[in-house]
Amino acid sequence: MNLHEAIRTTERGDRLSMEAALVLYEQADLTTLGQLAQTARFRLNPHQVVTYAVDRNINYTNVCTSKCRFCAFWRDSTDPEAFVLSDEALAAKLEETKALGGTHVLFQGGLNPDLDLEWHAQRIRLIRSFGLELHGYSPPEIHYFAERASSPLEQVLERLIAAGLNSIPGGGGEILSDRIRRLVSPGKANSSQWLSVMEAAHRLGLRTTATMMFGHIETPSQRVLHLIRLRSLQDRTSGFTAFIPWPFQPGKNTIQVKRAGSTAYLRMLAVSRLVLDNFTHVQASWVTQGPAIGQVALLFGADDLGSTMIEENVVAAAGVSHKLDCAEMIRLIEDAGFEARQRDNLHRAISPRTAPAQGLPGETLLKKGCPPDPLPKTFGTLGGSADVPSS
Amino acid sequence: MTDWSLIGVDPDKILQRLRDPALVPVGTKFFAGSRLDLQDGLTCLQTFDLLGLGSLALAVKRLRFGNRAFYVVNQHLNYTNVCVNACRFCAFHRAPGSAQGYLMTPEEATERVAPAAQNGLKEVHVVGGINPEPEFSYYFELLQALKMTAPRVGLKAFTAVEIDHIANRAGVSWKECLTALKDAGLNALPGGGAEVFSPRVRAELFPSKISAETWLGVHGTAHRLGIGSNATLLFGHIETHSERIEHLLKLRNQQDETGGFRAFIPLAFQSRTTLMADKPGPTGVDILKMMATSRLMLDNIPHIKAYWVMLGRKTAQAALHFGADDVEGTIVNEQIAHEAGATTAVGLSREEVHELISEAGAEPTERDTFHRGVGAA
Repeated sequence: MNLHEAIRTTERGDRLSMEAALVLYEQADLTTLGQLAQTARFRLNPHQVVTYAVDRNINYTNVCTSKCRFCAFWRDSTDPEAFVLSDEALAAKLEETKALGGTHVLFQGGLNPDLDLEWHAQRIRLIRSFGLELHGYSPPEIHYFAERASSPLEQVLERLIAAGLNSIPGGGGEILSDRIRRLVSPGKANSSQWLSVMEAAHRLGLRTTATMMFGHIETPSQRVLHLIRLRSLQDRTSGFTAFIPWPFQPGKNTIQVKRAGSTAYLRMLAVSRLVLDNFTHVQASWVTQGPAIGQVALLFGADDLGSTMIEENVVAAAGVSHKLDCAEMIRLIEDAGFEARQRDNLHRAISPRTAPAQGLPGETLLKKGCPPDPLPKTFGTLGGSADVPSS
Repeated sequence: MTDWSLIGVDPDKILQRLRDPALVPVGTKFFAGSRLDLQDGLTCLQTFDLLGLGSLALAVKRLRFGNRAFYVVNQHLNYTNVCVNACRFCAFHRAPGSAQGYLMTPEEATERVAPAAQNGLKEVHVVGGINPEPEFSYYFELLQALKMTAPRVGLKAFTAVEIDHIANRAGVSWKECLTALKDAGLNALPGGGAEVFSPRVRAELFPSKISAETWLGVHGTAHRLGIGSNATLLFGHIETHSERIEHLLKLRNQQDETGGFRAFIPLAFQSRTTLMADKPGPTGVDILKMMATSRLMLDNIPHIKAYWVMLGRKTAQAALHFGADDVEGTIVNEQIAHEAGATTAVGLSREEVHELISEAGAEPTERDTFHRGVGAA
């Protein structure tokens, strides 16, 4: 397979093999990769629309037994900086999220042996009582709950769903290669366990995102293999809503490698868009890239600018901090030539259209709103009622 | 006629991949070797097809410099922060008489440069405010002292705004002023102070600053004396797209006449601590479009610089794929952009600059003030 053939494959809209993807990743120039990724993006998301979310990342604890070598956020339970979020503090965060037009919260934390499923079920109910959707508990947490309770994954998931869990974030995906995970994150779910949690969740009707944290010690082929593993699972379940790649951000107490630059990020993003032909959405990571490259990523295959991140702690712990409010999010999207629409945790656009719709009949043209109108009451499950069409 | 295939550029493929139909005539005209006009420039700035535009600009960059990207080991020296101009976008200036105002003596200036001069320094970038106090001899002695301390280091000193002020204060012509400063060691003029040439923008934002005609006149005079110079555009505040392109056209005309511009540097407006903090500054896409448009419009200026201090490292690195061929340098002591709230590091090591360039897939090539390659590659 040469570069020309690999380019032809993606231009035809055919599925990329591992080999073709690697050829593109390693040989195509950045502009060409971006152009190919854009074609793929518009094939899956034909409208000139970019979505964003208003939510916050709430970390319920920083106590974590996993102690991943890339993480600057975890503490031992005996550390003076160890915390478990109180209900009062949680309620204040939820209140603020509502006031800022948030639709949901991302709720995750360390693997803390002091917190049992009942503790979590109570927190889920509290969050839902504020009228917010809950996007929470990454696969390593769910795997950990199941292990600690000696229960099957399905039982744990059913319990969380019964308490009100709406969707699962793709955190802890890192690189789905056990050789890598043994070195950087031996204390948590391995590749197949991560994928098993996702598969079980999808089968129970929960939709999830998927992530990749690249740029530490993995090879290009391990990156591409990560994408192919996600694609295979998606073929079986169609449960992934979006894929979010970001480069590892080395901090003070983590493995020390050179921080990937913007071009390395944009290449990986574009290749992800090309390989993941069964993922409708790909998110840009302004949190790691800053607003400028976060915006440029919208032209390299991403169709979502992620969240306004009213609160973010984990990347900030590694010394990287950027701020974006809702108005700036919209400015970035519009300035890149797209219509901005707020979405919920399931990637359903909820804010009114700001411009005449192209081929979306039946929608009323409404004036721009920020913060937007309240959430519609009806939420679908698998398949959704996305008015940004899915493939 | 350019043989694009020699550098691995396929014009047909590039034109085929343009998503914006409005860009096709611009691209066709460009590959036919014709000059782009105001309307073409506007089409470039207003396209939604950033990558298509970038692919045209990258073709020019490849034609001129292949896979190389340049940097210089340089130091910024701001000899005074006292300035009568009080430009609204500037957070660096202090009014004459202010307790925070300073003016370095030539000795203080050389002390700052001496350590780096022993350590591979290739250029000193000397700029300051419009300070009513020093006489002509100060500027002469400042350059002489720097040249004496660092004889092999390029002296890129005094924007056109300063040159005009120094000449006026001494009651001499630009030509006399520049000739004397050249004798003292001046090698090149930096591109600052051009801002936006539009009289409307100048009247609103920096009414006391020299006019476009004066700025261009000083640079033309320098060029005729064999002093090369850079040019800039401060964009992303209140200027219109037409005002940006008209600015580029004025530079292009000047360059047709006098030919001394070595590099053009589009400067992204930094707002955070200035009197214009309500203006958010240009977005990443806007910056890259400006970069690419400059590369396409300025067919007679050799280099386009992605000045990382004002763009940030990530955007500067991306800009190497959008027509830029130079990232400026491993700057020591940058103050002006940082007073305005630039959040970038104050300096980068040579290794960091190499990484930035090579990760983008280009060959890091060290240069001097005259854009002559030095060292390997």
